[in-house]
Amino acid sequence: MTLITRRTLVTGGALGAGLLLSGCDKLAQQPGFRRILFSGEKINMGLQRALMDRNALAPEFSAEQMSPVFRTNGNSNPNTADYNRHVAENFANWRLEIGGLVDRPLRLSLSDIGAFPQRAQITRHDCVEGWSAIGKWQGPMLGNVLKAAGVRTSARYIVFTCADLWSGAPYYESIDMVDAFHPQTILAWAMNDKRVSVGHGAPIRLRVERHLGYKNAKYVMRIDAVASLAGIGLGKGGYWEDHVNYDWYAGI
Amino acid sequence: MDEPTAPPDPSAKPPAATGTVYRHRLATRIWHWINAIAIFIMIGSGIGILNAHPRLYWGQYGANFDHAWLDLRPYGNILRSGWLTIPAGYDLAISRRWHLLFALVLGFGLLAFMIASLINRHFQRDLRVRAGEIGPRQLWADLLAHLRFDFHNPDDPAAYNTLQKLAYVAAIFVLIPLMIFTGLAMSPGMDAAWPWLIELFGGRQSARSIHFIAASGIVLFVIVHLTLVVLAGPIEEIWSMITGRWTLPAPPPPPEPAPAEHAGPEAAE
Repeated sequence: MTLITRRTLVTGGALGAGLLLSGCDKLAQQPGFRRILFSGEKINMGLQRALMDRNALAPEFSAEQMSPVFRTNGNSNPNTADYNRHVAENFANWRLEIGGLVDRPLRLSLSDIGAFPQRAQITRHDCVEGWSAIGKWQGPMLGNVLKAAGVRTSARYIVFTCADLWSGAPYYESIDMVDAFHPQTILAWAMNDKRVSVGHGAPIRLRVERHLGYKNAKYVMRIDAVASLAGIGLGKGGYWEDHVNYDWYAGI
Repeated sequence: MDEPTAPPDPSAKPPAATGTVYRHRLATRIWHWINAIAIFIMIGSGIGILNAHPRLYWGQYGANFDHAWLDLRPYGNILRSGWLTIPAGYDLAISRRWHLLFALVLGFGLLAFMIASLINRHFQRDLRVRAGEIGPRQLWADLLAHLRFDFHNPDDPAAYNTLQKLAYVAAIFVLIPLMIFTGLAMSPGMDAAWPWLIELFGGRQSARSIHFIAASGIVLFVIVHLTLVVLAGPIEEIWSMITGRWTLPAPPPPPEPAPAEHAGPEAAE
């Protein structure tokens, strides 16, 4: 093997790698391959659900392990007229609406929410970007709130509609009933022993601890039990899922 | 290597220099190429994901206000180059789709290869590093042989040399398993399913850092591996990884006045 041939091979190899990379992008744009690429989500969800006890808890931490600073991300203030009025009134006239496939639609004030049995948990928030922050969250278990509303057995998903607007439409997220009734899934009104701040999702932030940050919707205004995600937003179960192809299953 | 043979006469042309030997079993070849594709995609999509937050921390938590032991933002121009990432433009969601699908290929591929290689005795026969091979003198001799571009023991040219075995063992039993388990430890779902994972690595951000370090190890492995394939005769090497049959190399020209180093590892045993 002469050096010239070797050099040709190295150059060829580098060019080949470049072609492979751009080939990946071409492949990912083809509907058939895209379906395969996106099937990883369902496989990973199936595997995780098979390995995971339904009520397996996300790790909880001690007070000393908390992040000194819990950064904000995404929207840090919905800044709509309605929302600003609620902030000015300290959410005194704000009500969380619970509807959809329930027998008793509810309108809960913050003190109603505080009257449910409370759960406090120090958990790790994992952003899809890669960073983590540990904070303390407190609120009623979503499962208990749904039971109070008489959620029907036909409900398969719980949809959270938020106060913050993204290109004019409210942020939303959804979880299935396994996560909705998970003991660590709470409607947090307190963070680090204070009321949840505007930056972190006042007045209520969903905590769904076995999922990445974008599932943990801030500024929750409405909760609906639904049989299908079709017809809500673009039908993929959340703002980021609809608009930038994030996985609906955010356990990984 | 178990049967001692007489040291070859360096002036005589070894008769084994012609013909081919069956060097790579089917399971090895299938896994090699599937894994090559998986590693290629994992590195490209992994850099894409890293670009979302190119800072690394130790411990359970870590974000912008915490101390990062490695801040890659100064290298953002390189890490965000289109020729390095999958997809070419920054797209965290699509990078994750590639990464989390091919993570399954990488993980279950390795598992299948490990089972097959125990059954067909590839591990025991070809990758077992014997105590006599890893003395400093033997490793030094092997290193010198590498520097002479002399990769094959003329007595058993198809056998892996010691450094080669150590590199393969490191990749198969250390680096790729570390990638898989640190990857799993970053999943909030897996942390609930297998809480020991996160304890094993000392926190999610530590797992993320180890993931990056092991990935760098794999990149280094790939660079050395490809370089040595080119130096050892790329056509023959690639052909053998496709068909399994490997053309025996022509013997290296006899070293000038120095005594033949080849007998080194064997003579020591």
